[in-house]
Order: sequence, then C-alpha cells, then structure tokens
Amino acid sequence: MKLLRRIFPHPHLTVLLTLVWQLLANEPSLNSLLFGLLLGIVIPFITQPYWPDRPKLHNWPMVVEYILVVLWDIIMANITVARIILFKRDEDREPNWICVPLELRTPEAITVLAGTITMTPGTVSCDLSAQGHNLLVHCLDAPDPDAVRDQIKSRYERRLKEIFE
Amino acid sequence: MQYLFELLIAFFLIVSGIFGFVGSFGMIKLKDPMSRLHAPTKATTLGVGGVLLASIFHSILLEQHVSLHELLITLFLFLTAPITALFIAKWHIHRHEKPENLPDAGEDELWATHAVEQDEDVPDHSAT
Repeated sequence: MKLLRRIFPHPHLTVLLTLVWQLLANEPSLNSLLFGLLLGIVIPFITQPYWPDRPKLHNWPMVVEYILVVLWDIIMANITVARIILFKRDEDREPNWICVPLELRTPEAITVLAGTITMTPGTVSCDLSAQGHNLLVHCLDAPDPDAVRDQIKSRYERRLKEIFE
Repeated sequence: MQYLFELLIAFFLIVSGIFGFVGSFGMIKLKDPMSRLHAPTKATTLGVGGVLLASIFHSILLEQHVSLHELLITLFLFLTAPITALFIAKWHIHRHEKPENLPDAGEDELWATHAVEQDEDVPDHSAT
C-alpha cells in the first residue's frame, strides 16, 4: 500500500492526466493510453512539492450534483443576461457590487467558488478581502443584492462545503 | 434520420451564434467597464459550448466516429476565463475604485487589491 502511494502520490491527477491525453490524441489506441499513463505517473511525481496539504474530496455524488447544477445555472443565466442586454435600457439596469461572506476556508474551495461565480453570466467575482473572509462580486443587474448573495451561498457554497470540508 | 441529425446540429450552431452575438453586442451597449466584463463570459459559455456540442454531434452522428477532444476546449476555457476576468476586475479596482465606493469588506476592512502599500512611483489615477 505504501509503495503504491509512492508511485501514485495523487491518484486522481494520474487518472485525469491519462484521460486528458486520451482526449488530446482523440483516437483510442494502446499507444496513447500507455503514454498518457506514463505522463500521469511522472507529472504527479515531479509536481508533488507544489501541493502540500491538498484537500480531500469527501462527497463524490455531490461533485456530480454540483457540476450539473452549475451547467443548468449557466444555461438559465445566459438567457436572463441575453434578455437584459438586448431588451433592457442601459439606464434601467442596476449594476451592483455585493459582498459575499465566506464560510469556506480551503483555498481550493474558494477558487472553485470564485470560478463558478464568474462562469455563471451576470456575476463576476472581482476580489477577496485582505484576509480571505469575503468575496467581492459584481452583478450586471441586481435590484436586490441580498437575494443574489443568498443564492450564491445556498446553491454553490453549501455544496462546496460538503465537498471540501 | 439524417435530416433530424442535421437539424439538431444546426440548432446548436444557431444557439452559439446568437449568444456569441449577444456577447459582442453587450461590449458596445454596456457603458461602464465592469458591466462590459460580463459580456465575454457569456460568449465563452453558451457561445463556445454550442459550437463544441455541434461539433461532437457532427462527428458522432454524421461521420460515425467518436471525437471528444472538444470537451478539452471547454475544460481549458473554464480554467482560464475566470482568471482573465479576475485580472481585469482587479486592474479596474486598483486604478479606478476607492475603498469607500466598494461594499464593506467585513472584519478584514479592506479588499485585497487595496490592501497593498501605495507605490510612490506609480501616479494615483483612482480619482479619475
């Protein structure tokens, strides 16, 4: 078991790299599988010093649920924002800064949350507070900033908390 | 059947075209720089997503071979787009926003971009 840990210090990364190499090659063959596996062993081995204390993912079904929720939100938010851009007069729009107090403490989890907020159109995460306790988000059109904040907290942060912490 | 497949692919291409257009149109229509930042995030999600889905369907349904490396484009976009947006946003906050104009940062008092010592060599443009 210990030897296995030495060879595969980061099994998820090994699987991911092998998979990405397969997709890059775009033609399933033994050749690309072996080379992908080789990369998947060498790269985690070399980069090991760069990820001390990496967080453990606890809840795999939640990861799938999170991805589906985010994809769905991206589609719905795209339609909402397209409507704002095309049909709403610029003077009626209420762009707003909102401050999202973070319960997450893991840097990786905060990164995922910030990335999600940016990729769902209508909100862009802009800055962290000095000690990393709050996230500054800019909204394209938010007459009710508190509702946006609550939605971010209940839809994304709650799930990320279950995944990472 | 062929016809239905082509219809499906055309649908995704049209969707991506519409959202790509809205994303670019937003760049012209929106007036303030922070709002303008929202427009490209749309073009990269549904705009590019639509083309990639159409491409995957085209290879599977019409050319009868599996081609999935479009998924990688999505993956790389989702990794890089938020970082670009964050850089532009941080630049904007650094040069054009004063701490008073932003919402309260809670117990940390300042947002990270403002929590650096002002370099004397750099002229302060935040008032403009």
